[in-house]
Amino acid sequence: MADTGLLEALLRLLEKVDGGIDSQDVAADLGVDHQLIVGAVKSLQALGEVISAEQKSSKRWELTGEGREIAEQGSHEARVFNAIPDEGLPQNELMKMPSGKVGFSKAMSNKWIRLDKAHEGGPRVFKTVETIEDTVRDKLQLVQKGLSAKLEDKEKNELKKRKLLSEVTVKSYWITKGSSFSTTITKQETELTPEMIASGSWKEKKFKPYNFEAMGVAPDCGHLHPLMKVRTQFRQIFLEMGFTEMPTNNFIESSFWNFDSLFQPQQHPARDQHDTFFISDPALAHEFPQDYLERVKQVHSEGGYGSQGYKYDWKIEEAQKNLLRTHTTAVSARMLYKLAQQKFTPVKYFSIDRVFRNETLDATHLAEFHQIEGVVADYGLTLGNLMGILHQFFTKLGLKKWVEVGNSGVFRPEMLLPMGLPEGVSVIAWGLSLERPTMIKYGINNIRELVGHKVNLQMVYDSPICRLDS
Amino acid sequence: MPTVSVKRDLLFEALGQKYTDEEFDELCFEFGLELDEITSEKEILIREQGDEKAEGASDVVLYKIDVPANRYDLLCLEGLVRGLQVFKEKLEAPRYKRVSPADGGEPQRLVITEETASVRPHAVAAVLRNITFTQERYESFIELQEKLHQNICRKRTLVAIGTHDLDTISGPFTYTAKPPGEIRFKPLNQSKEYTATELMSLYKTDSHLRHYLHIIENEPLYPIIYDSNGIVLSMPPIINGDHSKISLNTKNIFIECTATDLTKAKTTLDMVVTMFSEYCEEPFTVEGAEVVYPDGRLCVYPELAYRTETLSGDFINKRVGINESAESIAQLLTRMCLRSEVSGEGDLIQVEIPPTRADVIHACDIMEDAAIAYGFNNIVRSTPRTYTIANQLPLNKLTELLRQDLAAAGFTEALTFALCSEEDIADKLRKNIAETRAVHISNPKTTEFQVARTCLLPGLLKTLAANRKMPLPLKLFEISDVVLKDETKDIGARNNRRLCAVYYNKSPGFEVIHGLLDRVMQLLDVKPGRNQGYHIQAAEDSTFFPGRCAEIFSCGKSIGHLGVLHPDVISRFELTMPCSAIDIDIEPFL
Repeated sequence: MADTGLLEALLRLLEKVDGGIDSQDVAADLGVDHQLIVGAVKSLQALGEVISAEQKSSKRWELTGEGREIAEQGSHEARVFNAIPDEGLPQNELMKMPSGKVGFSKAMSNKWIRLDKAHEGGPRVFKTVETIEDTVRDKLQLVQKGLSAKLEDKEKNELKKRKLLSEVTVKSYWITKGSSFSTTITKQETELTPEMIASGSWKEKKFKPYNFEAMGVAPDCGHLHPLMKVRTQFRQIFLEMGFTEMPTNNFIESSFWNFDSLFQPQQHPARDQHDTFFISDPALAHEFPQDYLERVKQVHSEGGYGSQGYKYDWKIEEAQKNLLRTHTTAVSARMLYKLAQQKFTPVKYFSIDRVFRNETLDATHLAEFHQIEGVVADYGLTLGNLMGILHQFFTKLGLKKWVEVGNSGVFRPEMLLPMGLPEGVSVIAWGLSLERPTMIKYGINNIRELVGHKVNLQMVYDSPICRLDS
Repeated sequence: MPTVSVKRDLLFEALGQKYTDEEFDELCFEFGLELDEITSEKEILIREQGDEKAEGASDVVLYKIDVPANRYDLLCLEGLVRGLQVFKEKLEAPRYKRVSPADGGEPQRLVITEETASVRPHAVAAVLRNITFTQERYESFIELQEKLHQNICRKRTLVAIGTHDLDTISGPFTYTAKPPGEIRFKPLNQSKEYTATELMSLYKTDSHLRHYLHIIENEPLYPIIYDSNGIVLSMPPIINGDHSKISLNTKNIFIECTATDLTKAKTTLDMVVTMFSEYCEEPFTVEGAEVVYPDGRLCVYPELAYRTETLSGDFINKRVGINESAESIAQLLTRMCLRSEVSGEGDLIQVEIPPTRADVIHACDIMEDAAIAYGFNNIVRSTPRTYTIANQLPLNKLTELLRQDLAAAGFTEALTFALCSEEDIADKLRKNIAETRAVHISNPKTTEFQVARTCLLPGLLKTLAANRKMPLPLKLFEISDVVLKDETKDIGARNNRRLCAVYYNKSPGFEVIHGLLDRVMQLLDVKPGRNQGYHIQAAEDSTFFPGRCAEIFSCGKSIGHLGVLHPDVISRFELTMPCSAIDIDIEPFL
């Protein structure tokens, strides 16, 4: 807050004028530095509608240091002229004067003085005229008085060339009276304090207005990852639909559960080194439900359960190979097998967890992603049921074009019957990736901006809550 | 899903009808296919190689149609047209017939020798008589073989097809295997003879053939087929001989398929002959060929086997969720090339599966075809009446609850990869890889996928490194699975759910991480204390700065560590500030 005296002096000046005043003029009037006036204007502005001030900038001619000296003491040539007595002055003495050199040549070209080189005792300078008119000084004094407008541009430029004048940009405020103009100052409070509440003094105080345009201070908090927020919502949807969560905390799986149990033949391209990560240590799974394994072998190699089978030489060695599961359906297979070992009760299962593919990586494919899977097992399920439940699921997601993001189907009898599930039981299932709908939802084009260690934490900090259906 | 590309005008000519793109798209959908793209050779070239290369290329309109992976009968124009015409009931599905040589002559014979057993033991063969090629038919014939090679033949590993101008060779043919140095012939489209060894190096740089060399490259004996005069028909699965190559003028074709999987070889041969016998003088007939096995067995191919399945209309109705008469279902199936009749007993339907439909191996496949013909969009959607109570997996429920409160405690959740390099979990953490119990991947394409992570810390440190420009302090956490070898499990490994958090700032902030431990324990309702509670005690761990590491015990059991990271660990993860970390197993709190 600037000095109250200055503020009130400014306000008194403003009171006298009809329109407004320029802060530069105020500075000149009060004889203080302009910066102090600027400070005063800002303080007054902060008080509310006491004054209004508009910033403006103008160009102005100003004397340089040398210019001010000349305005005061006369031009160099005038000083040289005045220093010469009627009997003249030796040139070397004249040259010793501060203005000697410049003044001598200017006075010479003005023909105010002459040089007698042949004078006895060395060259000597004499006046040639009685009186002179110091126009340079006069012009500079005009500028000093703020009357630079009286000079022609040519004159000003000449003085500029002599480094006596300079043109400067002046920032100033045009100050006018505000709606609650007054010449006295009431100090405004910034914040309400406990003391004010206790004493009731807040009733008399004026409070400094808030700037509602500014952003608030960000709260000091942690943030959940956006993909995990979407995962939470998918879990919620499944739970709302009565689906029980499967234990998918086993990234390593045997080829048997990942492929063979699903009636996927051993020559299937998905089982290629190019598509699946195989494990070198521990390379092989060593324990299988033996009678079930025999039934799987049979249905692949010879058929059965009403199937022709694939009619190839099924090898246990291929089934034993450990891998990083390529889909969570491996877990669904384990769960359905387990279900088949008990008295059958209908189930609805879901899972959302990581799966792994040894694929070529691009903007939408990583070597690992999250798979969402839903499974329903019951007697008499139809394709109409599958389509009905998919419709309900994707309606909850708020996604219209669900065909694009997922896969669905009915598990084959060659998969279910060897597990020991009853003949009439059908199992419908669907799956999709967690990343794909999240990217569509949040308009992210590159999956690397969403998952992995290279994500920008700012994105995590800034991501909104996830409401899939809105 | 294979994509078949056909010329639009040829397709419409064969279908005897013109369609708009939208109409054809609709037809594809009804038939269970997808019109993937409408383009031209020129457009494809412009897209792939730029305007210049495309100059002069054909701008004939091409339809690219996605075909289900096991529908080998739809991989060429002939098959597509036949399928669609039958579907639209404009054509009755043809009956494919194997015939004996016309003039009562001996059938062609292919003799397999025992040397093939070690490399490619199976072979089947057939003859197409008096075929008439046009340029388009010829191209389609070559294209179908390529499509089969890429799909059912699994890039020629399971089956390789060779087609020959029968009039240039004379049987009986011998399928044998020889050392590559002893094989010498002029291969297709070459001007001179090469030994097999020379051929393998010649094709090393061939953009097409080099992909198949690995199939036999390291075998001591290479498969080879000769005619009775010692002329080489082919060296499967790499290349045919030049001598017997087919042309537009070829009238009689000898087809052989060699294989490691006999079932697939029979299917492949059936596909080739059923598709192209259409152009024989007597359409849809195929002349059988004899194959003699090393043990003297004699088989005649192609099998062209028809099979009949009997199922009830009720079965279809119940599985699809419709209510159609048996007659109507039989009609639906007949439109899918599965000729069906109501047998007269109840609602039983006799369904005949032709040799072209090798994909139909179970009644459920028939049910699916009925659903396609009925129209998926015509099936009424209904909610399953399955009543169940949902349960969360306790481990995931705990994880979800803890995540919320860790964020509330001021830590931000990271999501890092489960796969990483050996270096990440060992060297960079100043640990020995042998002691990590890590699961190793045998076929990683890059070092990023060498192992499954054994701890969450490297992922968090890499996240810090990628976000060094963010304002300090950085406080991160992750609750997720690591993978450890475990002999007691059927597959020899198990997941372990861990909680890891890091504090990265100008000062190590051990007290912050320690405070987080106290908060987590409070959330888990475990009190400080030696016996029933939790406590920490000084420990040495090479990842941490000496004297700045403690082991965490809960109910007397070690559950993890916390401390200030070793400066070398910080530098190895390209970080510059002190960092403290906590890593605990949350499974004991279930």
